[in-house]
Amino acid sequence: MNNPLRALYFGLLIRPVVYLFLGMNVRNREKLPTTGPVILVANHNSHLDTMVLMSLLPLKQLPITRPVAAMDYFMKNKALAWFASRIIGIIPLQRKVRAEQGKHPLDGCFQALEKNNILILFPEGSRGQPEKLSGFKSGIAHLAERFPQVPVVPVFMHGLGKSLPKGEALLVPFICDIFVGDALHWTGNRTSFLQTLDASMEELAAKGTFPAWD
Amino acid sequence: MKIMLLDTPPVVLWFLAGLYLILIAASIAIRIIRPKMDEPEYRELYLRVRSWWIMITIFSLALVLSRRASLVFFALVSFLALKEYFSIIPTRRADRRVLFWAYLCIPIQYLFAAQGRYGMFLIFIPVYAFLLIPLRMITIGETKDYLRAISTIHWGLMTTVFSISHVAFLLVLSEHNTEIVGAGLVLYLAFLTQFNDVAQFIWGKTLGKRKIIPKVSPNKTWEGFLGGVATTTLLGGLLGPFLTPMSWPMALAAGAIIGVGGFIGDVTISALKRDLEIKDTGNMLPGHGGILDRIDSLTYTAPLFFHFIFFFYCR
Repeated sequence: MNNPLRALYFGLLIRPVVYLFLGMNVRNREKLPTTGPVILVANHNSHLDTMVLMSLLPLKQLPITRPVAAMDYFMKNKALAWFASRIIGIIPLQRKVRAEQGKHPLDGCFQALEKNNILILFPEGSRGQPEKLSGFKSGIAHLAERFPQVPVVPVFMHGLGKSLPKGEALLVPFICDIFVGDALHWTGNRTSFLQTLDASMEELAAKGTFPAWD
Repeated sequence: MKIMLLDTPPVVLWFLAGLYLILIAASIAIRIIRPKMDEPEYRELYLRVRSWWIMITIFSLALVLSRRASLVFFALVSFLALKEYFSIIPTRRADRRVLFWAYLCIPIQYLFAAQGRYGMFLIFIPVYAFLLIPLRMITIGETKDYLRAISTIHWGLMTTVFSISHVAFLLVLSEHNTEIVGAGLVLYLAFLTQFNDVAQFIWGKTLGKRKIIPKVSPNKTWEGFLGGVATTTLLGGLLGPFLTPMSWPMALAAGAIIGVGGFIGDVTISALKRDLEIKDTGNMLPGHGGILDRIDSLTYTAPLFFHFIFFFYCR
């Protein structure tokens, strides 16, 4: 993903917006990876989630940083598809699997991890209700099983669902809270891995006290 | 944009140079006392001084570069403070657009300041924002917790935008009185306000016994308050004749206003934090906390000092 437009977009537009317009309060930033292969796992509240995580990682690693996103959403039309794949640099994920095609829905992720990329994954699947954690889907467990040596770093984010919730186009700045957890590894089976990940996420969420928003 | 560096009055440049001398002295001092401190304590102090280096550098650049740069700088301070405020208080999901309107008040208010339109500058937030923001809220229609929402939003606007914008208006006061150097007034106000915080802290630390306001700020004492006000008053009297059109007796009075006002601003934000059960308003400035923690005193001293100057020197 060595696209100069992409570097300009993230370096000159997204970073200033994230750092100055939004603002972040990052706890345990030192636990964030600086190189791949690694899977960054976060809760999903807003389109801003990807932008913030991309801004937290070193700009130098931008070419190998790839967010995983739903194909059906971003491939709706040509312009959006171009933007998503060339500028954001997503790895498209087919949410509805068609077995007859003989392709694994996570093929894109497999290839990226084989190339030592940094993967950004939102295992909740969709943005859902703003600022509410919903259960993780099992895709992340497949990835961890196939790449047991790749660390999985959990990140809990709060506040971006207030700034730009699902279905809204107006960005209203709030400082977002970010909690980075210890890297996790494959535990030997999917259920226990997902439980470990869930527990780690809940633990991170419990570290913050957030003002009421209702 | 016209670069002002060469036009900047020498007294302002000398004063900024003085600030850097203090910074250098502070950086050396904390290294000298380092062996006497434990590591986390030193780390905190180190971060605090480092943040001062960054803040004073941005502040000096903004002041020296051009008047427009200074105005943009203070508008940015208001924006960061208002954002911090909205991020720590309870807000309603329905009010996203209302908060957006509140943010929009910042460029408008600073535009009035930049144009030196005193009347609009004074009434825009207390009158027009006060009347129109409720209207925006009512068109959305959420009435649950309406009073809480509308009052917290307006208080935030008054504190972080209206009050702070008075620092910016000081910059254009030379249009009312040619003896005034805008940057001189801003330096006088900002330096004495921050100095007063430190002076009250040091007096309280060394002599403090009688608690002054234990329910809000248990560490504040009468000795710290009075010692701080006295020191700030004296220093104000000393600096006034150089940086401002004030004679030393008037500058003593201005110093006293900054000393007392700074204390009230400080404890007002303390009360807010105590209510919200938070220690700092943010972590933007390592070693200090949030931006509201840093400009708490200024939210009182800026309008008070401004009107003192306006009343006596801009008629």
